[in-house]
Amino acid sequence: MGPLLILFILAVALVAWAIMKYNGLVTLRNQVANGWKQIDVQLKRRHDLIPNLVNTVRGSMEFEQETLQKVVAARGAAVSATGIADAAAKEGALSGALGRLFALAESYPSLKSNENVKQLQEELASTENKIGFARQFYNDIATKFNIGLQVFPGNIVARLFGFSPSELFEIKDAGERDVPQVDLSLKK
Amino acid sequence: MSDVPANIFEQQAANRRKTILVMAFFVLFVGFLGFGFDVFLLGFSPGGRAFPGFPIATFAALLLGGVGAYRGLENGARSVLNSSGAVPASPDDPRYRQLHNVVEEMAIAAGLPKPQVCVIPDPDPNAFATGKDPEHASIAVTQGLLDSLDREELQGVIAHEMGHVRNFDIRLMTVIAALIGAVMLLVEFGSRSMQFGGLGRGGRRNSSDRSGGGGGVVLLVFWVVGLILAPIISQLLAMAVSRQRELLADASGAELTRNPGALASALQKIDAAVEPTRSIKRGTAHLCIANPLGSSLDDKEGFFADLFSTHPPIRKRIMLLKGMAYQHA
Repeated sequence: MGPLLILFILAVALVAWAIMKYNGLVTLRNQVANGWKQIDVQLKRRHDLIPNLVNTVRGSMEFEQETLQKVVAARGAAVSATGIADAAAKEGALSGALGRLFALAESYPSLKSNENVKQLQEELASTENKIGFARQFYNDIATKFNIGLQVFPGNIVARLFGFSPSELFEIKDAGERDVPQVDLSLKK
Repeated sequence: MSDVPANIFEQQAANRRKTILVMAFFVLFVGFLGFGFDVFLLGFSPGGRAFPGFPIATFAALLLGGVGAYRGLENGARSVLNSSGAVPASPDDPRYRQLHNVVEEMAIAAGLPKPQVCVIPDPDPNAFATGKDPEHASIAVTQGLLDSLDREELQGVIAHEMGHVRNFDIRLMTVIAALIGAVMLLVEFGSRSMQFGGLGRGGRRNSSDRSGGGGGVVLLVFWVVGLILAPIISQLLAMAVSRQRELLADASGAELTRNPGALASALQKIDAAVEPTRSIKRGTAHLCIANPLGSSLDDKEGFFADLFSTHPPIRKRIMLLKGMAYQHA
Protein backbone atom coordinates (compact mmCIF):
# COMPACT_ATOMS: atom_id res chain seq x y z
CA MET A 1 0.00 0.00 0.00
CA GLY A 2 2.39 2.68 -1.12
CA PRO A 3 4.30 3.93 -4.13
CA LEU A 4 4.45 0.35 -5.47
CA LEU A 5 0.67 0.12 -5.73
CA ILE A 6 0.45 3.52 -7.42
CA LEU A 7 3.13 2.44 -9.89
CA PHE A 8 1.23 -0.78 -10.57
CA ILE A 9 -2.04 1.09 -11.21
CA LEU A 10 -0.23 3.48 -13.55
CA ALA A 11 1.29 0.58 -15.49
CA VAL A 12 -2.11 -1.12 -15.86
CA ALA A 13 -3.68 2.16 -17.06
CA LEU A 14 -0.87 2.62 -19.58
CA VAL A 15 -1.27 -0.89 -20.98
CA ALA A 16 -5.06 -0.45 -21.17
CA TRP A 17 -4.60 2.81 -23.07
CA ALA A 18 -2.12 1.20 -25.49
CA ILE A 19 -4.54 -1.67 -26.16
CA MET A 20 -7.37 0.75 -26.85
CA LYS A 21 -5.20 2.82 -29.18
CA TYR A 22 -3.99 -0.31 -30.97
CA ASN A 23 -7.52 -1.65 -31.47
CA GLY A 24 -8.68 1.72 -32.73
CA LEU A 25 -5.91 1.78 -35.31
CA VAL A 26 -6.65 -1.79 -36.43
CA THR A 27 -10.34 -0.87 -36.91
CA LEU A 28 -9.39 2.18 -38.97
CA ARG A 29 -6.91 0.18 -41.05
CA ASN A 30 -9.65 -2.32 -41.92
CA GLN A 31 -11.99 0.50 -42.85
CA VAL A 32 -9.29 1.91 -45.12
CA ALA A 33 -8.85 -1.50 -46.77
CA ASN A 34 -12.61 -1.78 -47.18
CA GLY A 35 -12.76 1.71 -48.67
CA TRP A 36 -10.13 0.76 -51.20
CA LYS A 37 -12.08 -2.38 -52.10
CA GLN A 38 -15.12 -0.19 -52.80
CA ILE A 39 -13.10 1.87 -55.29
CA ASP A 40 -11.79 -1.33 -56.82
CA VAL A 41 -15.29 -2.74 -57.33
CA GLN A 42 -16.38 0.40 -59.18
CA LEU A 43 -13.22 0.52 -61.30
CA LYS A 44 -13.81 -3.10 -62.39
CA ARG A 45 -17.39 -2.24 -63.22
CA ARG A 46 -16.23 0.60 -65.43
CA HIS A 47 -13.73 -1.68 -67.16
CA ASP A 48 -16.55 -4.12 -67.89
CA LEU A 49 -18.85 -1.44 -69.27
CA ILE A 50 -16.40 0.12 -71.72
CA PRO A 51 -16.19 -2.66 -74.38
CA ASN A 52 -19.99 -2.58 -74.46
CA LEU A 53 -20.01 1.15 -75.03
CA VAL A 54 -17.31 1.08 -77.68
CA ASN A 55 -19.17 -1.62 -79.62
CA THR A 56 -22.43 0.31 -79.45
CA VAL A 57 -21.06 3.61 -80.71
CA ARG A 58 -18.48 2.25 -83.18
CA GLY A 59 -20.93 2.10 -86.11
CA SER A 60 -22.09 5.69 -85.73
CA MET A 61 -18.73 7.20 -84.91
CA GLU A 62 -16.46 5.75 -87.55
CA PHE A 63 -14.86 9.14 -88.06
CA GLU A 64 -13.71 9.19 -84.47
CA GLN A 65 -11.68 6.00 -84.55
CA GLU A 66 -8.78 7.73 -82.84
CA THR A 67 -10.89 8.73 -79.83
CA LEU A 68 -12.32 5.24 -79.55
CA GLN A 69 -8.87 3.68 -79.74
CA LYS A 70 -7.65 6.03 -77.01
CA VAL A 71 -10.48 4.86 -74.75
CA VAL A 72 -9.66 1.21 -75.44
CA ALA A 73 -5.94 1.79 -74.84
CA ALA A 74 -6.58 3.73 -71.63
CA ARG A 75 -8.82 0.92 -70.42
CA GLY A 76 -6.13 -1.66 -71.18
CA ALA A 77 -3.58 0.36 -69.22
CA ALA A 78 -5.97 0.82 -66.29
CA VAL A 79 -6.79 -2.89 -66.08
CA SER A 80 -3.11 -3.78 -65.72
CA ALA A 81 -2.36 -1.07 -63.14
CA THR A 82 -0.61 -2.12 -59.93
CA GLY A 83 -0.67 -0.22 -56.65
CA ILE A 84 -2.75 2.74 -55.55
CA ALA A 85 -0.73 5.57 -57.08
CA ASP A 86 -0.39 3.78 -60.44
CA ALA A 87 -4.11 2.92 -60.52
CA ALA A 88 -5.03 6.50 -59.65
CA ALA A 89 -2.95 7.86 -62.54
CA LYS A 90 -4.21 5.39 -65.14
CA GLU A 91 -7.84 5.60 -64.05
CA GLY A 92 -7.54 9.37 -64.26
CA ALA A 93 -6.36 9.04 -67.87
CA LEU A 94 -9.28 6.70 -68.61
CA SER A 95 -11.75 9.21 -67.16
CA GLY A 96 -10.29 11.86 -69.43
CA ALA A 97 -10.56 9.67 -72.54
CA LEU A 98 -14.17 8.78 -71.70
CA GLY A 99 -15.04 12.42 -71.14
CA ARG A 100 -13.76 13.32 -74.61
CA LEU A 101 -15.74 10.43 -76.12
CA PHE A 102 -18.97 11.62 -74.52
CA ALA A 103 -18.31 15.20 -75.56
CA LEU A 104 -17.89 14.06 -79.17
CA ALA A 105 -20.97 11.80 -79.00
CA GLU A 106 -23.03 14.94 -78.28
CA SER A 107 -22.63 15.95 -81.92
CA TYR A 108 -24.12 12.70 -83.27
CA PRO A 109 -27.93 12.99 -83.17
CA SER A 110 -28.35 9.27 -83.92
CA LEU A 111 -26.33 8.45 -80.81
CA LYS A 112 -28.07 10.97 -78.61
CA SER A 113 -31.47 9.44 -79.35
CA ASN A 114 -30.31 5.82 -79.10
CA GLU A 115 -31.90 4.23 -75.98
CA ASN A 116 -29.07 1.75 -75.66
CA VAL A 117 -26.46 4.50 -75.68
CA LYS A 118 -28.49 6.53 -73.19
CA GLN A 119 -28.60 3.57 -70.81
CA LEU A 120 -24.89 2.96 -71.18
CA GLN A 121 -24.17 6.62 -70.68
CA GLU A 122 -26.21 6.67 -67.47
CA GLU A 123 -24.41 3.55 -66.24
CA LEU A 124 -21.00 4.99 -67.04
CA ALA A 125 -21.83 8.41 -65.60
CA SER A 126 -23.06 6.71 -62.43
CA THR A 127 -19.98 4.49 -62.25
CA GLU A 128 -17.86 7.59 -62.66
CA ASN A 129 -19.75 9.20 -59.75
CA LYS A 130 -19.39 6.06 -57.65
CA ILE A 131 -15.65 6.04 -58.25
CA GLY A 132 -15.55 9.68 -57.21
CA PHE A 133 -17.58 9.14 -54.04
CA ALA A 134 -15.70 5.95 -53.16
CA ARG A 135 -12.48 7.93 -53.56
CA GLN A 136 -13.85 10.73 -51.38
CA PHE A 137 -14.78 8.22 -48.67
CA TYR A 138 -11.46 6.38 -48.97
CA ASN A 139 -9.42 9.57 -48.76
CA ASP A 140 -11.41 10.79 -45.74
CA ILE A 141 -10.94 7.55 -43.83
CA ALA A 142 -7.29 7.15 -44.90
CA THR A 143 -6.56 10.70 -43.74
CA LYS A 144 -8.18 9.91 -40.40
CA PHE A 145 -6.01 6.79 -40.13
CA ASN A 146 -2.86 8.68 -41.06
CA ILE A 147 -3.58 11.42 -38.52
CA GLY A 148 -4.10 8.69 -35.90
CA LEU A 149 -0.66 7.33 -36.77
CA GLN A 150 1.09 10.66 -36.58
CA VAL A 151 -0.32 12.55 -33.60
CA PHE A 152 1.36 12.31 -30.21
CA PRO A 153 1.17 10.12 -28.16
CA GLY A 154 -0.64 7.64 -30.41
CA ASN A 155 2.38 7.63 -32.73
CA ILE A 156 4.36 5.70 -30.09
CA VAL A 157 1.86 2.83 -30.25
CA ALA A 158 1.84 3.03 -34.05
CA ARG A 159 5.65 2.90 -34.19
CA LEU A 160 5.71 0.01 -31.70
CA PHE A 161 3.40 -2.18 -33.80
CA GLY A 162 4.72 -1.12 -37.17
CA PHE A 163 1.65 0.58 -38.67
CA SER A 164 2.41 2.29 -41.96
CA PRO A 165 0.43 5.23 -43.36
CA SER A 166 -2.03 4.69 -46.24
CA GLU A 167 -1.57 6.26 -49.64
CA LEU A 168 -4.27 8.68 -50.70
CA PHE A 169 -6.02 8.15 -54.03
CA GLU A 170 -4.90 11.31 -55.81
CA ILE A 171 -5.20 12.37 -59.40
CA LYS A 172 -1.61 12.39 -60.60
CA ASP A 173 -2.42 12.36 -64.30
CA ALA A 174 -1.63 15.68 -65.89
CA GLY A 175 -4.45 15.19 -68.41
CA GLU A 176 -7.20 15.47 -65.83
CA ARG A 177 -5.85 18.63 -64.26
CA ASP A 178 -5.01 20.16 -67.55
CA VAL A 179 -6.67 23.48 -68.27
CA PRO A 180 -7.73 23.73 -71.92
CA GLN A 181 -5.27 25.80 -73.92
CA VAL A 182 -6.91 28.69 -75.67
CA ASP A 183 -4.83 30.51 -78.22
CA LEU A 184 -6.10 34.04 -78.60
CA SER A 185 -3.21 35.37 -80.60
CA LEU A 186 -4.30 36.41 -84.05
CA LYS A 187 -2.47 34.34 -86.59
CA LYS A 188 -2.02 35.72 -90.01
CA MET B 1 -29.81 24.26 -33.14
CA SER B 2 -27.23 25.35 -30.63
CA ASP B 3 -27.31 22.12 -28.67
CA VAL B 4 -26.62 19.93 -31.71
CA PRO B 5 -23.48 17.95 -31.11
CA ALA B 6 -20.90 18.34 -33.87
CA ASN B 7 -19.59 14.79 -33.90
CA ILE B 8 -21.46 12.15 -35.89
CA PHE B 9 -20.97 9.49 -33.21
CA GLU B 10 -22.40 11.85 -30.59
CA GLN B 11 -25.37 12.45 -32.87
CA GLN B 12 -25.96 8.74 -33.27
CA ALA B 13 -25.68 8.21 -29.53
CA ALA B 14 -28.05 11.14 -28.87
CA ASN B 15 -30.60 9.68 -31.29
CA ARG B 16 -30.39 6.25 -29.71
CA ARG B 17 -30.91 7.84 -26.30
CA LYS B 18 -33.88 9.86 -27.48
CA THR B 19 -35.43 6.76 -29.06
CA ILE B 20 -35.29 4.93 -25.74
CA LEU B 21 -36.72 7.99 -23.99
CA VAL B 22 -39.64 8.18 -26.42
CA MET B 23 -40.32 4.47 -26.01
CA ALA B 24 -40.21 4.78 -22.21
CA PHE B 25 -42.67 7.68 -22.33
CA PHE B 26 -44.96 5.64 -24.50
CA VAL B 27 -44.92 2.67 -22.11
CA LEU B 28 -45.62 4.99 -19.18
CA PHE B 29 -48.49 6.61 -21.06
CA VAL B 30 -50.04 3.24 -21.83
CA GLY B 31 -49.59 2.28 -18.20
CA PHE B 32 -51.32 5.51 -17.20
CA LEU B 33 -54.26 4.63 -19.44
CA GLY B 34 -54.38 1.19 -17.87
CA PHE B 35 -54.33 2.73 -14.43
CA GLY B 36 -57.36 4.81 -15.30
CA PHE B 37 -59.02 1.66 -16.54
CA ASP B 38 -58.30 0.02 -13.20
CA VAL B 39 -59.68 2.91 -11.18
CA PHE B 40 -62.77 3.86 -13.13
CA LEU B 41 -63.87 0.60 -14.64
CA LEU B 42 -62.68 -2.10 -12.26
CA GLY B 43 -63.10 0.06 -9.19
CA PHE B 44 -59.53 -0.29 -8.00
CA SER B 45 -58.37 2.16 -5.37
CA PRO B 46 -54.82 2.32 -4.11
CA GLY B 47 -54.79 0.96 -0.58
CA GLY B 48 -58.55 0.42 -0.54
CA ARG B 49 -60.47 -2.81 0.10
CA ALA B 50 -61.90 -2.76 -3.33
CA PHE B 51 -62.13 -5.56 -5.84
CA PRO B 52 -59.80 -6.63 -7.52
CA GLY B 53 -57.20 -5.27 -5.09
CA PHE B 54 -54.46 -5.49 -7.66
CA PRO B 55 -54.03 -2.98 -10.53
CA ILE B 56 -54.27 -5.71 -13.12
CA ALA B 57 -55.10 -3.42 -16.06
CA THR B 58 -52.11 -1.21 -15.26
CA PHE B 59 -49.75 -4.15 -15.40
CA ALA B 60 -51.38 -5.55 -18.52
CA ALA B 61 -51.10 -2.11 -20.12
CA LEU B 62 -47.43 -1.72 -19.19
CA LEU B 63 -46.73 -5.13 -20.71
CA LEU B 64 -48.75 -4.29 -23.80
CA GLY B 65 -47.02 -0.90 -24.09
CA GLY B 66 -43.63 -2.57 -23.88
CA VAL B 67 -44.53 -5.02 -26.63
CA GLY B 68 -46.02 -2.19 -28.68
CA ALA B 69 -42.93 0.00 -28.34
CA TYR B 70 -40.70 -2.92 -29.33
CA ARG B 71 -42.88 -3.68 -32.34
CA GLY B 72 -42.78 0.00 -33.28
CA LEU B 73 -39.01 -0.24 -33.41
CA GLU B 74 -38.91 -3.51 -35.32
CA ASN B 75 -41.85 -3.09 -37.73
CA GLY B 76 -42.33 0.68 -37.72
CA ALA B 77 -40.51 1.12 -41.03
CA ARG B 78 -42.76 -1.38 -42.80
CA SER B 79 -45.94 0.25 -41.52
CA VAL B 80 -44.67 3.71 -42.49
CA LEU B 81 -43.93 2.46 -46.02
CA ASN B 82 -47.26 0.65 -46.26
CA SER B 83 -49.28 3.62 -45.02
CA SER B 84 -47.77 5.89 -47.68
CA GLY B 85 -48.30 3.35 -50.46
CA ALA B 86 -44.59 2.99 -51.21
CA VAL B 87 -43.66 0.02 -53.37
CA PRO B 88 -40.13 -1.32 -53.89
CA ALA B 89 -38.64 -0.10 -57.18
CA SER B 90 -37.14 -2.82 -59.34
CA PRO B 91 -33.49 -2.12 -60.24
CA ASP B 92 -34.08 -3.77 -63.63
CA ASP B 93 -36.83 -1.33 -64.57
CA PRO B 94 -35.18 1.28 -66.86
CA ARG B 95 -37.38 4.01 -65.32
CA TYR B 96 -35.84 3.44 -61.88
CA ARG B 97 -32.31 2.64 -63.03
CA GLN B 98 -31.09 6.19 -62.42
CA LEU B 99 -32.74 6.35 -58.99
CA HIS B 100 -31.01 3.11 -58.00
CA ASN B 101 -27.69 4.43 -59.28
CA VAL B 102 -28.05 7.68 -57.35
CA VAL B 103 -28.96 5.86 -54.12
CA GLU B 104 -25.97 3.57 -54.56
CA GLU B 105 -23.68 6.55 -55.17
CA MET B 106 -24.80 8.21 -51.96
CA ALA B 107 -24.50 4.96 -50.00
CA ILE B 108 -20.90 4.72 -51.22
CA ALA B 109 -20.25 8.35 -50.28
CA ALA B 110 -21.59 7.69 -46.78
CA GLY B 111 -19.77 4.35 -46.53
CA LEU B 112 -23.03 2.54 -45.72
CA PRO B 113 -24.90 -0.40 -47.28
CA LYS B 114 -27.35 0.53 -50.02
CA PRO B 115 -30.85 1.05 -48.57
CA GLN B 116 -34.01 -0.40 -50.07
CA VAL B 117 -35.41 1.89 -52.77
CA CYS B 118 -39.17 2.55 -52.90
CA VAL B 119 -41.39 4.69 -55.09
CA ILE B 120 -44.69 6.31 -54.05
CA PRO B 121 -47.16 6.81 -56.90
CA ASP B 122 -47.94 10.46 -56.08
CA PRO B 123 -47.49 13.45 -58.41
CA ASP B 124 -46.26 15.81 -55.68
CA PRO B 125 -42.47 15.83 -55.17
CA ASN B 126 -41.43 14.53 -51.76
CA ALA B 127 -39.14 11.92 -50.18
CA PHE B 128 -38.41 10.28 -46.85
CA ALA B 129 -36.14 7.69 -45.25
CA THR B 130 -37.16 5.16 -42.63
CA GLY B 131 -35.79 2.08 -40.90
CA LYS B 132 -34.38 0.66 -37.71
CA ASP B 133 -30.71 1.35 -38.46
CA PRO B 134 -28.46 1.97 -41.51
CA GLU B 135 -28.35 -1.78 -42.20
CA HIS B 136 -32.16 -1.95 -42.40
CA ALA B 137 -33.03 1.35 -44.04
CA SER B 138 -35.40 2.34 -46.85
CA ILE B 139 -35.55 5.48 -48.94
CA ALA B 140 -38.87 6.32 -50.58
CA VAL B 141 -39.41 9.01 -53.22
CA THR B 142 -42.61 10.07 -54.97
CA GLN B 143 -43.05 9.66 -58.71
CA GLY B 144 -43.46 13.44 -58.82
CA LEU B 145 -39.96 13.90 -57.44
CA LEU B 146 -38.48 11.65 -60.12
CA ASP B 147 -40.38 13.53 -62.83
CA SER B 148 -39.51 17.07 -61.76
CA LEU B 149 -35.86 16.89 -60.66
CA ASP B 150 -32.75 16.46 -62.78
CA ARG B 151 -30.01 14.01 -61.83
CA GLU B 152 -27.99 16.37 -59.65
CA GLU B 153 -31.03 17.62 -57.75
CA LEU B 154 -32.18 14.05 -57.17
CA GLN B 155 -28.71 13.30 -55.86
CA GLY B 156 -29.02 16.23 -53.45
CA VAL B 157 -32.35 14.94 -52.11
CA ILE B 158 -31.06 11.37 -51.76
CA ALA B 159 -27.95 12.71 -49.99
CA HIS B 160 -30.23 14.53 -47.53
CA GLU B 161 -32.07 11.25 -46.87
CA MET B 162 -28.77 9.38 -46.56
CA GLY B 163 -27.81 11.95 -43.92
CA HIS B 164 -30.91 10.94 -41.92
CA VAL B 165 -29.91 7.28 -42.31
CA ARG B 166 -26.33 7.87 -41.19
CA ASN B 167 -27.26 9.99 -38.16
CA PHE B 168 -29.80 7.41 -36.91
CA ASP B 169 -32.56 10.00 -37.34
CA ILE B 170 -34.55 7.29 -39.09
CA ARG B 171 -34.76 5.15 -35.97
CA LEU B 172 -36.02 7.98 -33.78
CA MET B 173 -38.49 9.33 -36.34
CA THR B 174 -39.82 5.90 -37.32
CA VAL B 175 -40.44 4.96 -33.70
CA ILE B 176 -42.21 8.28 -33.17
CA ALA B 177 -44.36 7.70 -36.27
CA ALA B 178 -45.31 4.19 -35.15
CA LEU B 179 -46.08 5.30 -31.60
CA ILE B 180 -48.15 8.32 -32.67
CA GLY B 181 -50.37 5.87 -34.52
CA ALA B 182 -50.62 3.71 -31.41
CA VAL B 183 -51.41 6.71 -29.19
CA MET B 184 -54.27 7.72 -31.50
CA LEU B 185 -55.73 4.22 -31.31
CA LEU B 186 -55.34 4.06 -27.55
CA VAL B 187 -56.96 7.42 -26.98
CA GLU B 188 -59.93 6.28 -29.04
CA PHE B 189 -60.10 3.10 -27.00
CA GLY B 190 -59.61 5.00 -23.74
CA SER B 191 -62.38 7.52 -24.35
CA ARG B 192 -64.78 4.75 -25.32
CA SER B 193 -64.03 2.69 -22.24
CA MET B 194 -64.49 5.80 -20.15
CA GLN B 195 -68.03 6.23 -21.47
CA PHE B 196 -68.65 2.58 -20.75
CA GLY B 197 -67.13 2.95 -17.29
CA GLY B 198 -69.35 5.96 -16.59
CA LEU B 199 -72.45 3.92 -17.44
CA GLY B 200 -71.26 1.09 -15.27
CA ARG B 201 -70.85 3.39 -12.30
CA GLY B 202 -74.26 4.87 -12.75
CA GLY B 203 -75.86 1.44 -12.65
CA ARG B 204 -74.29 -1.26 -10.62
CA ARG B 205 -71.96 0.55 -8.27
CA ASN B 206 -74.12 3.46 -7.26
CA SER B 207 -73.38 3.02 -3.59
CA SER B 208 -69.72 3.36 -4.34
CA ASP B 209 -67.12 1.72 -2.16
CA ARG B 210 -64.63 4.24 -3.48
CA SER B 211 -62.51 5.78 -0.75
CA GLY B 212 -62.20 9.54 -0.97
CA GLY B 213 -64.55 10.70 -3.73
CA GLY B 214 -62.71 14.05 -4.10
CA GLY B 215 -59.42 12.36 -4.86
CA GLY B 216 -61.19 10.21 -7.42
CA VAL B 217 -62.56 13.26 -9.22
CA VAL B 218 -59.14 14.91 -9.35
CA LEU B 219 -57.70 11.70 -10.71
CA LEU B 220 -60.47 11.44 -13.29
CA VAL B 221 -59.88 15.01 -14.47
CA PHE B 222 -56.16 14.37 -14.63
CA TRP B 223 -56.73 11.21 -16.61
CA VAL B 224 -59.17 12.78 -19.08
CA VAL B 225 -56.90 15.77 -19.65
CA GLY B 226 -54.00 13.40 -20.27
CA LEU B 227 -56.12 11.50 -22.73
CA ILE B 228 -57.10 14.65 -24.62
CA LEU B 229 -53.62 16.13 -24.67
CA ALA B 230 -51.69 12.97 -25.58
CA PRO B 231 -52.21 13.13 -29.36
CA ILE B 232 -51.35 16.83 -29.44
CA ILE B 233 -48.28 16.39 -27.27
CA SER B 234 -46.99 13.49 -29.35
CA GLN B 235 -47.49 15.50 -32.56
CA LEU B 236 -45.65 18.46 -31.06
CA LEU B 237 -42.84 16.16 -30.02
CA ALA B 238 -42.55 14.76 -33.54
CA MET B 239 -42.46 18.25 -34.99
CA ALA B 240 -39.83 19.49 -32.57
CA VAL B 241 -37.58 16.52 -33.29
CA SER B 242 -38.06 16.84 -37.04
CA ARG B 243 -37.37 20.59 -37.22
CA GLN B 244 -34.10 20.06 -35.46
CA ARG B 245 -33.00 17.19 -37.67
CA GLU B 246 -33.87 18.68 -41.07
CA LEU B 247 -31.21 21.40 -41.10
CA LEU B 248 -28.64 18.87 -39.99
CA ALA B 249 -29.61 16.45 -42.76
CA ASP B 250 -29.30 19.29 -45.28
CA ALA B 251 -25.76 19.87 -44.07
CA SER B 252 -24.96 16.13 -44.11
CA GLY B 253 -26.30 15.92 -47.65
CA ALA B 254 -24.09 18.79 -48.73
CA GLU B 255 -21.14 17.07 -47.10
CA LEU B 256 -21.81 13.86 -49.06
CA THR B 257 -22.29 15.43 -52.50
CA ARG B 258 -20.07 18.49 -51.93
CA ASN B 259 -22.74 20.17 -54.04
CA PRO B 260 -25.16 22.11 -51.77
CA GLY B 261 -26.48 24.15 -54.71
CA ALA B 262 -28.21 21.09 -56.22
CA LEU B 263 -30.16 20.40 -53.00
CA ALA B 264 -31.08 24.10 -52.79
CA SER B 265 -32.53 24.04 -56.30
CA ALA B 266 -34.33 20.75 -55.55
CA LEU B 267 -35.92 22.36 -52.48
CA GLN B 268 -36.96 25.31 -54.61
CA LYS B 269 -38.75 22.98 -57.03
CA ILE B 270 -40.36 21.05 -54.15
CA ASP B 271 -41.47 24.34 -52.61
CA ALA B 272 -42.93 25.55 -55.91
CA ALA B 273 -45.17 22.46 -56.14
CA VAL B 274 -47.98 23.70 -53.94
CA GLU B 275 -50.08 20.53 -53.99
CA PRO B 276 -50.03 18.54 -50.76
CA THR B 277 -48.55 15.04 -50.97
CA ARG B 278 -51.78 13.13 -50.51
CA SER B 279 -50.21 9.68 -50.10
CA ILE B 280 -48.41 10.74 -46.96
CA LYS B 281 -50.51 10.81 -43.83
CA ARG B 282 -50.26 13.31 -41.01
CA GLY B 283 -48.60 10.79 -38.71
CA THR B 284 -45.59 10.41 -40.99
CA ALA B 285 -45.25 14.06 -42.06
CA HIS B 286 -42.20 14.62 -39.88
CA LEU B 287 -40.22 12.02 -41.86
CA CYS B 288 -40.41 13.86 -45.19
CA ILE B 289 -37.88 16.21 -46.76
CA ALA B 290 -40.56 18.92 -47.07
CA ASN B 291 -43.87 19.18 -45.23
CA PRO B 292 -46.29 16.96 -47.20
CA LEU B 293 -49.35 18.79 -45.87
CA GLY B 294 -48.53 21.80 -47.99
CA SER B 295 -48.83 23.93 -44.88
CA SER B 296 -48.11 27.61 -45.27
CA LEU B 297 -46.95 27.64 -41.65
CA ASP B 298 -43.60 26.33 -42.78
CA ASP B 299 -43.00 29.61 -44.55
CA LYS B 300 -43.33 31.64 -41.41
CA GLU B 301 -41.05 32.12 -38.49
CA GLY B 302 -41.86 32.94 -34.90
CA PHE B 303 -42.99 31.07 -31.83
CA PHE B 304 -46.35 29.79 -33.07
CA ALA B 305 -45.06 28.67 -36.44
CA ASP B 306 -42.03 27.14 -34.76
CA LEU B 307 -44.26 25.08 -32.50
CA PHE B 308 -46.65 23.79 -35.14
CA SER B 309 -44.54 23.06 -38.19
CA THR B 310 -42.59 19.89 -38.86
CA HIS B 311 -39.96 21.65 -40.90
CA PRO B 312 -37.90 24.81 -40.71
CA PRO B 313 -38.96 27.44 -43.26
CA ILE B 314 -37.90 26.10 -46.65
CA ARG B 315 -36.58 29.51 -47.70
CA LYS B 316 -34.29 29.57 -44.70
CA ARG B 317 -32.98 26.12 -45.68
CA ILE B 318 -32.37 27.23 -49.26
CA MET B 319 -30.57 30.33 -48.02
CA LEU B 320 -28.32 28.27 -45.75
CA LEU B 321 -27.49 25.84 -48.57
CA LYS B 322 -26.72 28.66 -50.96
CA GLY B 323 -24.41 30.08 -48.34
CA MET B 324 -22.57 26.75 -48.25
CA ALA B 325 -22.38 26.70 -52.05
CA TYR B 326 -20.92 30.18 -52.02
CA GLN B 327 -18.22 29.11 -49.58
CA HIS B 328 -17.37 26.13 -51.77
CA ALA B 329 -17.01 28.17 -54.92
